[in-house]
Amino acid sequence: MIHELKMMAERESGAAASTPILANASRRGVLGGLGALVLALSLSDRARADEGQTEEQKAKKFGADGMPHGWRDDPKIFVAIAKDGTVTVTNHRSDMGQGVRTSVALVVADELEADWAKVKVTQAYGDEERFGNQDTYGSRSLRHFFPHFRHVGAAARLMLVQAAAKQWGVPASEVRAENHQLVHAKSGKTLGYGDVAEAAAELPVPARESVKLKDPKAFRYIGTGKIGLIDNHDITTGKAVYGADIKLDGMLYAVIARPPVYGGKIKSVDDSETLKVAGVVKTVRIEGGEIPSEFMPLGGVAVIAKNTWAAMKGRDALKITWDDGPNASYDTDAFRKELEAAARQPGKVVRNQGDVDGAMAKAKARHEAEYFVPHLAQAPMEPPAAVARVKDGQCEAWACTQGPQAAHDRLMKRLNLPADKVRVNVTLLGGGFGRKSKPDYVVEAALCSQAVDGAPVKLTWTREDDLHHGYYHTISVERIEAGLDEKGMPVAWLHRSVAPTIGSIFAPDPKHELPFELGMGLVNNPLNIKNIRLENPAAPAHVRIGWFRSVSNIPHAFAIQSFVAELAHKAGRDPKEYLLELIGPARKIDPVEIGDVWNYGEDPKRYPIETGRLRRVIEAVADGAKWGRKMEKGRGLGIAGHYSFVTYTAAAAEVEVDAKGEVKVNAIDIAVDCGPQVNPERIRSQMEGAVIMGMGLALTSEITFKEGRAQQNNFDGYEIVRIDAAPKEVRVHIIPSSGYDGPLGGVGEPGVPPIAPAIANAVFAATGRRVRQLPIRAQATSA
Amino acid sequence: MIKLTVNGAPRSFDGDPDMPLLWYLRDELGLVGSKFGCGAALCGACTIHLGGTAARSCVTPVSAAEGQEVVTIEGLSPDGNHPVQAAWRDLNVAQCGYCQCGQIMQAAALLKDTPKPSDQQIDEAMSGNICRCGTYPRIRAAIHQAAGQAPANKGERL
Repeated sequence: MIHELKMMAERESGAAASTPILANASRRGVLGGLGALVLALSLSDRARADEGQTEEQKAKKFGADGMPHGWRDDPKIFVAIAKDGTVTVTNHRSDMGQGVRTSVALVVADELEADWAKVKVTQAYGDEERFGNQDTYGSRSLRHFFPHFRHVGAAARLMLVQAAAKQWGVPASEVRAENHQLVHAKSGKTLGYGDVAEAAAELPVPARESVKLKDPKAFRYIGTGKIGLIDNHDITTGKAVYGADIKLDGMLYAVIARPPVYGGKIKSVDDSETLKVAGVVKTVRIEGGEIPSEFMPLGGVAVIAKNTWAAMKGRDALKITWDDGPNASYDTDAFRKELEAAARQPGKVVRNQGDVDGAMAKAKARHEAEYFVPHLAQAPMEPPAAVARVKDGQCEAWACTQGPQAAHDRLMKRLNLPADKVRVNVTLLGGGFGRKSKPDYVVEAALCSQAVDGAPVKLTWTREDDLHHGYYHTISVERIEAGLDEKGMPVAWLHRSVAPTIGSIFAPDPKHELPFELGMGLVNNPLNIKNIRLENPAAPAHVRIGWFRSVSNIPHAFAIQSFVAELAHKAGRDPKEYLLELIGPARKIDPVEIGDVWNYGEDPKRYPIETGRLRRVIEAVADGAKWGRKMEKGRGLGIAGHYSFVTYTAAAAEVEVDAKGEVKVNAIDIAVDCGPQVNPERIRSQMEGAVIMGMGLALTSEITFKEGRAQQNNFDGYEIVRIDAAPKEVRVHIIPSSGYDGPLGGVGEPGVPPIAPAIANAVFAATGRRVRQLPIRAQATSA
Repeated sequence: MIKLTVNGAPRSFDGDPDMPLLWYLRDELGLVGSKFGCGAALCGACTIHLGGTAARSCVTPVSAAEGQEVVTIEGLSPDGNHPVQAAWRDLNVAQCGYCQCGQIMQAAALLKDTPKPSDQQIDEAMSGNICRCGTYPRIRAAIHQAAGQAPANKGERL
């Protein structure tokens, strides 16, 4: 809206509709003219309010307020309107397939009364001081920014109205905005948005309380599910630009040979054959290999060449001997036994309610089980990739990153540059699933560029690199023991969760799950049981542990929802009815009262755990799957429900198991209650995708280690779901929400956790065999 | 010197004849619609048409394209409106979109040979193309739609 932003939009308008960040990438100076623009804009009131607060004061904040740099809602930061009326919305969240570019743009457009056909989206570079928090993980984008983006659109609308009123010399109250036009009903005059954009940009941003949001009944885009993907055309014609697709003048290409074991170091390198490969320019030692690695490179030897193929061939020709370091003997088969041993001993108590030992002693019967979930790799279809140019005391990077500020800060640290000399541009992400929240690969690209005197370098990770050097989903044993009453209902519940923590990449291995891991379905288990003790015995980490879509909810939900079905069977009850009885009546649980101090960072008063909503999603999938119907031999239905990311999901799976143990998933019903829905079309697609990803980890996916080395190399060894295994029916049930006043839940991740237990429970129903270890593969047969 | 045609334009290449077509297209010609996902013909993100047939460009050396016609996603249709592309947009198939160029090229090749495929024929033809986002139900539906068949299950609507 202000001049500079308009210019920025105009400068970018020459590019393909939705990839303007790349328009002048190679021509514009490293930081372009935008440094001055940042200073020209006032920070929002919110940011000023944040200044001078202690960490403790900040720690008490919830939602977007509690995230680093919070939120911004200044229309001058997020909206630009060109003379031709084109509205360009700046989206500061990374799009890895969740459709946030579309959803953010449609929220702003709706409040702005814009014509969707004239709306474009541009991607913010990494600058949280300017844009607010950009960490795109934790299923937070719309949950945190929906109200703020509404405000952005509404404030911009008000400014257009004021500008038109001023031009016509009429009171602003007589002017209304309607489908990209300003209308003065009394005189019949109209003006296009582009006609008044420049004048509007000169106006001050209206005080927040003077901005009136639309009545949700008048929403044209929000909640309708009628808006197609804003990047659809680019994606289907090959024009969409991902991190791997950036091309700059004079760019070189790199791949890196990294230590095969976490914490390993180079003993010696012979690159003589590498340097003979046509096209290879140089080899470079990348320092690294520290434990914990945090988000920094693992180290190794980079091969820089004139094209990717030459770099790969050059890497193949390297002769490196490694010191494998302290994790040289990591073996996941042996480690599983360590985890099981730990789970059979008392551990750190993380929730203790009632008297478990007493109730267990008096129980009529007992049941116990142990569940295993292996390491997983996120394996986004686009492996990590980045381009960087480090020259003249400045660094500019282009990356498919979920955390541009994190990348920016690591570049500053590693290159020893001040904040304003580093720029991280965000491309589309070819999948993320948590892998791309760690910017080690962006730093690697920058170190390569530095080594070739500032020539831009594109760093490619091969699939083997991705599977061998990941930030893996943890590996876990969950042991649950229940004491049962005469009806087979649990009166005592002891759950021990043992898993290396993500905390191990940040600090000398803490060995215990952090509050955010415990809060993913373990401590906040809402089952209505009188005596509950939850323990977390120690587990060391031997690889980099990282976030994988829905994170610790995967093992916690798999164990709890499988165990409940086991108890139902033991009690001779229908699993769905038993589960509902165990959840108990509809009630609101204060998460803090049951030991969850994290609650996904949300206010426990605003976001209590609502068991009625959990019941409802379970009932929705039961209805969808026609629960209770008679099944043919070898077929079965299974059900599971779970609360995660302040959203409620449930799944019912229909499987068919043959005599060899091959599991075919015929249909899945998935229900989601995420509160108010901004873009139901993308909620639906996220649930469909979560079904497939959940199926993969349930049935076939697994990363194992021998001698510290990942054993899977590519998609032959690391098997994920292909189309021939996809269910013929995926039925998504979105629970309607009343209005838009209520709190929003997450969408990107919550679909995943109920899938594996629903499938395992269905396999039991089909075969009578209980599978307690993922992946299921052929553990149960119908023979 | 290897001579070939890429999206209708004659090209010649005098680099390493073993270089996979994928890197020739991406690094040398700047045609980045063909994606790198595995480098081993295991995921299909790099799918192109070579002599009218779907091929994995990540394992096809440039030398194997000598004298042949290569079509990439950029050349599938002059205006981006091949029926497969249009169906993909209509059903909002994509999530991250990274694999979708390969999926579209594979689907276009399928429909050329099998204009009215069954679900099973779709699964057979498309099972070499991985989508980590899990868009398979919509891929099936979009192929049916592009073939002029009623879309298959698009999911229960509330």
